[in-house]
Amino acid sequence: MTGTTGTTGAALGAPAERREGRQKVTGAARYAAEYTLPGRAHAWPVPAAVARGRVTAVDTAAALALPGVLAVLTPEDAPRLADPEDATLAVLQGPGVPHRGWCVALAVAETPEAARAAARAVRVTYDTAPHDAAFTEHHRDGYAPQEAGGQPGRVEHGDPRAAFAGADVRVDVTYRVPPLHNHPMEPHASTAHWDGDRLTVYTSSQGGTTVRSTLAQLFRLPEEHVTVVAEHVGGGFGSKGTPRPDVVLAAMAARHTGRPVTLAYARRHLPTVVGHRAPTVQRLRLGAGHDGRLTALLHETTSPTSRVKEFVEYAAVVSRVMYAAPNLLSAHRVVPLDVPTPSWMRAPGEAPGMYALESALDELADVLGLDPVELRARNEPAEEPGSGKPFSSRHVVDCLREGARRFGWEDRDPRPGVRREGSWLLGTGVAAATYPVQAAPSTAGAQALPDGTFVVRINAADIGTGARTVLAQVAADALGVPLDRVRTEVGRSDLPPAPLAGGSSGTASWGWAVHEACAELASRLAAHTGPLPAEGIETRADTTGKADADSPWARHAFGAHFAEVAVDTVTGEIRARRLLGVYAAGRILNARTARSQFTGAMIMGLGMALTEGSTLDPAFGDFPEADLASYHVPVHADVPDVEAHWIDEDDPHLNPMGSKGIGEIGIVGTAAAVGNAVHHATGIRFRELPLTPDRILAGLLSES
Amino acid sequence: MTSEPRPGHHSEITLRVNGKPHTLRVDHRRVLLDLLREDLDLTGSKKGCDHGQCGACTVLVDGRRLNSCLLLAVTLDGSEITTVEGLGGDGEEPHPLQRAFLDRDAFQCGYCTPGQLCSAVGMLAEAAAGHPSHVTGPETPAGPPVPLDRTEIRERMSGNLCRCGAYPRIVDAIEDVI
Repeated sequence: MTGTTGTTGAALGAPAERREGRQKVTGAARYAAEYTLPGRAHAWPVPAAVARGRVTAVDTAAALALPGVLAVLTPEDAPRLADPEDATLAVLQGPGVPHRGWCVALAVAETPEAARAAARAVRVTYDTAPHDAAFTEHHRDGYAPQEAGGQPGRVEHGDPRAAFAGADVRVDVTYRVPPLHNHPMEPHASTAHWDGDRLTVYTSSQGGTTVRSTLAQLFRLPEEHVTVVAEHVGGGFGSKGTPRPDVVLAAMAARHTGRPVTLAYARRHLPTVVGHRAPTVQRLRLGAGHDGRLTALLHETTSPTSRVKEFVEYAAVVSRVMYAAPNLLSAHRVVPLDVPTPSWMRAPGEAPGMYALESALDELADVLGLDPVELRARNEPAEEPGSGKPFSSRHVVDCLREGARRFGWEDRDPRPGVRREGSWLLGTGVAAATYPVQAAPSTAGAQALPDGTFVVRINAADIGTGARTVLAQVAADALGVPLDRVRTEVGRSDLPPAPLAGGSSGTASWGWAVHEACAELASRLAAHTGPLPAEGIETRADTTGKADADSPWARHAFGAHFAEVAVDTVTGEIRARRLLGVYAAGRILNARTARSQFTGAMIMGLGMALTEGSTLDPAFGDFPEADLASYHVPVHADVPDVEAHWIDEDDPHLNPMGSKGIGEIGIVGTAAAVGNAVHHATGIRFRELPLTPDRILAGLLSES
Repeated sequence: MTSEPRPGHHSEITLRVNGKPHTLRVDHRRVLLDLLREDLDLTGSKKGCDHGQCGACTVLVDGRRLNSCLLLAVTLDGSEITTVEGLGGDGEEPHPLQRAFLDRDAFQCGYCTPGQLCSAVGMLAEAAAGHPSHVTGPETPAGPPVPLDRTEIRERMSGNLCRCGAYPRIVDAIEDVI
């Protein structure tokens, strides 16, 4: 505990230690697969071995003959569910196979070993249909979606094509981002247990409230008959933002066998069933005057989706936020294919979109001979370009200038390809960052106890953000009491319902309700005389109508990323030497956990830039890079010292805490800063991620 | 199929885990990680990949750090195992490295943390015993302890993945206890 915990009114912003930290470092924290209920059985899925078709037969005899095997659920005999809103959850409901990896049977056994052996022994026969898993930008099935990330799929202002054609200076470039996998360290897992018609699940989820309503709907139960526990969640990064098949399958298996059942996905199962970042092909056309002011900005992106449901990787949305261009086009296309369904991965839309936009802007700076920080400053919009709304606060240029100062940008020689250190070429790069401010309605309860302590209750999810801690800080300040007198209970659906930890909105949504419940409790206590009753005094808040109210303001967090890289001209290897981020994200509520989120997201951005790449295989219809030996997330040795700083931002148009979301902005722009540094080092533009040695070496060889 | 272990085959083994002896009849397919988690309810050791690729399951076996998901339990008769639950010994106080992880905020979701901790304890012993790493300079004398700077720590800890990106803080924490 820090020295601020004993004083009142000072909890917000303090670097308070994580409340569940001790449990995590001693191994006491239990995750979804670790609820070892008496009689627990284990389930193991059988993934479809074809890219499209129908299951014609499932032979379970050999599997059922193995020792310890309890059951094999098939599309024929699995419990029937109500039609889900999310079609990826309609598992074992029919013979159709929409993509490779789709669950076609489920083995249940006494032990994980027996379940796995049984799954291998299941013989599935298919009627295979021709499939199309070849993503191309100009695929004939491509269409313009109505919506992209909850916004219009297309926004057009002025006459962008004509303005671009007539511009003094033009950049017309195409950037490519491959499929990317979330790969939280804890694979998706659920333990399900029925007691009569009451269902309890322990699940690894970013939002237990939605898991509960989904299970209630699927299994035709009243919501109060479903309890969802997600006390500790081993990361999610978007892939646990919606219920995944594991929780549905575990509940089906538990009902079928009458036993508690755990389904813990194997790492290699994840890429096909928990969503992924869809690849994007993004064409950027920038037209500018010789002074660097943009006259036209055209951002068009195409990505695949599955035939199970539409998901649009909304990469062009960032161009509605960032720069003043009187002629603007921001448009999306999607191509439905017979492939696994893409979904949210940390900063969906913004992360790939800002990679392309900020790389293209660097190219424009290069053509103009203008410093890239200065180019961005010259294109600051007076209001949000897409909506015309004024910004509630916008300090992106302050972030760029502060970052430049800290990074030593002033001394930079802009010429590319001139800094050598033995076989290494050195370079530095910059990119801006943005992420929208979002919040959803939430409820929360607050209770004052006779012993002078307080309890805050809310079904928030702590996926590693430190939700318990920061919500206690919000409560302590609203109550005007020391932090160590407030306890928080999160991660259970019998607590007041709350929205998910996603879209960098968790703390804003939950904190808003906690603040209201605590402010109400404080005024009740002020009016109260005498000792508190034994059960204390309780209040409850619901921010419906407030947190989701339309705002006249354009509300976004902003930031700036700086990177220094070394490129080995012999091997093509890139080493990041420094990463530095500066953010303007409203009020920072916990300096310690906020810094960890910023730097952690920057490191994921470093992976996006240099090592992480997957492939939609046209022949097989899934991802060859299905494990951590072939999909390379950054390791210790890849990660240099990473600095995150923030500037004070006092924005009264956000929420009672004055905070903006911070979980995602760190990944936005990092890849562009690294890529721009690689150009500065080598003089070569690489426009496809990741920047792996094979690509770099080929580029260096073709230049020389 | 003949190359696979026959289902139903079990053997009796005795292990000491965190100082306590356990005699168990184990399925020949059972790996140490599942023995810890399923048989002993020691769920601190995590299953991140079950493949030896992520390090979340790292424990100390006779003082050496190993991926417990790659060790068939039946081969470990007589071994001494230390897991994250046993790092602090019998006392109330956590191991200094556990304290350093708290002080440095060297984790977020916590799922890789037990493996990072056990790996770091094993790594420090390796360096103390003079084991070189890929980044140890050729001029470093063989035998005496290898001094650990941040580059050495990063290299030696690279078998332990952290998707939350706590790496710089983990290096800080390890430096704190050197």
